[in-house]
Amino acid sequence: MPRPGFVLDVDRSTPPMLFWHGEKFSLERLPADRSRVIYPAESFPGLTDPQAAIRDALEHPLDMDPLRALLHADMKLTICFDDASLSLPKMRRPDSRQRIIEAVLDLAAEAGVDDVHIIAALGLHRRMHDYELRHVLGNRIFDAFAPNGTLYQHDAEDPENLTVLGETDHGEVLEINKRVADSDLVVYANVNQVAMDGGWKSLVTGVASYRCLSHHHNPESLQNTRSLMDRHHSALHHSIWRLGKVLRDNGPKVFQIESTINTDAFPSPFEFLSKREWEWTARDRMTYLATAKTLDRLPRRAARKIFHGIEAPYAMTGVYAGFTESVHERTLEDVYRQHIVEVEGQTDILTLGVPFISPYNPESIMNPILVMCMGLGYMFNMYRNKPLVREGGVIIMTHPTYRDFHPVHHPSYIDFFDEVLSDTTDPAVMSEKWERRYAEDEWYRHLYRTGNAYHGVHPFYAWYWGAHGQQWAGKVIIVGGDPTAVRRMGFTPASTMDDAFELASDVVGRSPSITHLHVPSVLVADVK
Amino acid sequence: MASKRHLTRRAQQLAARTEHAIRVVAKPLAKYGFPWRSPTVPRGITVPEKPDTLGGNFETDWARRPLASVFRSAFTAGPMKLMTTVLARPEVLGLDRLTDLARLDDPPPLIFAPDHHSHLDTSVMIQAIPPAWRRDLVVAAAADYFFDKRWKATFSALALNAIPIDREATGRQSADLFRDLIDDGRSLLIYPEGGRSPDGWAQPFKGGAAYLSAKTGVAVVPVHIEGTGAIFGKGMKKPRPGRTRVIFGEPLLSLPDENTRRYNARIEAAVGRLTEESVSDYWTAARRAAAGAANRLEGPSTSSWRRKWLLTERRHREISGRNNRPDRSWPNLGPRQK
Repeated sequence: MPRPGFVLDVDRSTPPMLFWHGEKFSLERLPADRSRVIYPAESFPGLTDPQAAIRDALEHPLDMDPLRALLHADMKLTICFDDASLSLPKMRRPDSRQRIIEAVLDLAAEAGVDDVHIIAALGLHRRMHDYELRHVLGNRIFDAFAPNGTLYQHDAEDPENLTVLGETDHGEVLEINKRVADSDLVVYANVNQVAMDGGWKSLVTGVASYRCLSHHHNPESLQNTRSLMDRHHSALHHSIWRLGKVLRDNGPKVFQIESTINTDAFPSPFEFLSKREWEWTARDRMTYLATAKTLDRLPRRAARKIFHGIEAPYAMTGVYAGFTESVHERTLEDVYRQHIVEVEGQTDILTLGVPFISPYNPESIMNPILVMCMGLGYMFNMYRNKPLVREGGVIIMTHPTYRDFHPVHHPSYIDFFDEVLSDTTDPAVMSEKWERRYAEDEWYRHLYRTGNAYHGVHPFYAWYWGAHGQQWAGKVIIVGGDPTAVRRMGFTPASTMDDAFELASDVVGRSPSITHLHVPSVLVADVK
Repeated sequence: MASKRHLTRRAQQLAARTEHAIRVVAKPLAKYGFPWRSPTVPRGITVPEKPDTLGGNFETDWARRPLASVFRSAFTAGPMKLMTTVLARPEVLGLDRLTDLARLDDPPPLIFAPDHHSHLDTSVMIQAIPPAWRRDLVVAAAADYFFDKRWKATFSALALNAIPIDREATGRQSADLFRDLIDDGRSLLIYPEGGRSPDGWAQPFKGGAAYLSAKTGVAVVPVHIEGTGAIFGKGMKKPRPGRTRVIFGEPLLSLPDENTRRYNARIEAAVGRLTEESVSDYWTAARRAAAGAANRLEGPSTSSWRRKWLLTERRHREISGRNNRPDRSWPNLGPRQK
């Protein structure tokens, strides 16, 4: 039985804590008697027979007829799936999406369905490379569907293949992929790594247009999202659920399949990253030293290659199918059971070790904007009820924050950093002044549609993602970050953790309480 | 003339003396009869025949002892792998269908049931089967072919961990032996066709694999081997190097209330689907299988030339057909501009 997550009060006998530092890591000693560390639960065991579990879910769905009964020969069937932003790191093969889609295709073949399209629900993310599609779907599906053009990626900028399905009572227009809208049945294969994923968000963002996404991906919604991991208190999710209702009323029948995975993120020799420091064996300590020293000496590019080459030994812990809302509620129960750690009270300083990866840089570079998005967007939002850090408190992140950008994946990020952030770091101001220009830029549009670039507007969305954290914190310090890049983003650079605590004392006094979120793996702090 | 007669008489004298000398030497040995010599059989008595230690009776326990296993590991990882790579260049697909089982702490034994075109199949399969099962793999080999001579039997047992099996029917002795081996955690490689394909198309599956699986509860993994028939098929005098492909299918278990015959038919259909998958794609194969389309494994029941004709067409589409194609093809850039 895996041990649950817990909160450790740091005393003098507590060993230094592991902090991610991009493609490196370090051990930092936290002040005794006023620091605490939140440890996630140990990884849950995976299902012994995931194939059987998937088949069972398809035969016994929630609040819908079995998939077999929904399939008939002369129908239009569309299967959508999450893109490479899930899971992080990428899971070793076979991916859950491959398992699910193969099970769906077996049933479709039995029913004699000829018209099947498989669409990667990218939203405004970059198009996946063929090797990524092969990794996610497996060679069998790729070889059967890609050559004849029935496996493809959603294009949010193709006016001929978008259609408006309706409007919510808040004036939000639902504009989605035409093939999806015209289908008799849409099956969505989901990987729910965190509580934010799944539900109506999968389809309503994955196959939507920029116009549709801009209704909820904006500073106002994201500043009122408390938090991304709690959909009942998230303005973003409220908007998406309203659009989901329009889809349900006016759109095709949707059969949602959601699968949860455990938190077993690192294979050998990196297993020590998921262990509690005082339980490191001699071998773990040696591995840490060898790895840390090697990474210190390796060029950035080589270190990045090592980390992005990691295939996580994630295992499927549950799978549910049927009506989207019913399925999502069951999935959330499972996700919370694994991720929730109860925490008493808020803290003055929240420390976060920012890793080498975020949902927007698989096989790519973690540029400064993504560091902000990961720290203030994702990690800060790992809470329910109230944030871990008190309002006006200090957030300390550790990351090298170098000014490196991937020119193929993140072209608009480069200009955003140089042009927009030089002008303003305020999400509301940049939304007003700059967003439309980037969103409608023809060159970015061309790169998004034909290359492997994120949409022109994507750096704005990444910035808005951290809007709540940015607004909430009194000061944000980045330890070990490139000072120019850090200052450009409106944050404070620091060389060491002690320097960071010293800088924080201006805001939180000389003896602040400190909370460290231990990463990996994933946890959601339920703050009382 | 006189001299010729003289020479003849001398030769006759020499022969007589030699015969005498042999008799003198052999005389003392004649005294040593039974038990030094084999007994004579009294008249009217029929001696019961000694049990045959070859064929299905060949004892193979010794080949699973540690020393033999070490030799086998070295042999399969060395010369056999080299030979397989040089001759067959196997491409292995569908292993993801076994990964869940392979990742268990104690992977359960499996029965691998491929179609059979060549003697190369066994070495290709031994290289293709994941290490979790390769270590404890036993191979069911035709008793009348691989165990008919002592040297062949010894080599088969030692190098391949082969167990003799009757092609026509799985006898009680073989079945009990296989069951004991499976109970010991060993996996089995068995060719359900009972022998190599005579013409490139598969033969009807015999029920051995299905029977053993139903009796032991061990899953059968359908496997399709493609290309070995073109490299060293039945009747070929020497191998012709080429490419091969091994496709593993989803493990199958006997269903409740399913008799061995139906289960066997399901295994055959699964191998047929993999065959289809190799010449078309996964989705086409799934649809054909679901629509109950004719199994392409055994080929059409038509005259022999038409079977061969269709086989040529199929081979053109499968991996062996690539053997004669160039590895690189240049795009057609149209007529040359002057």
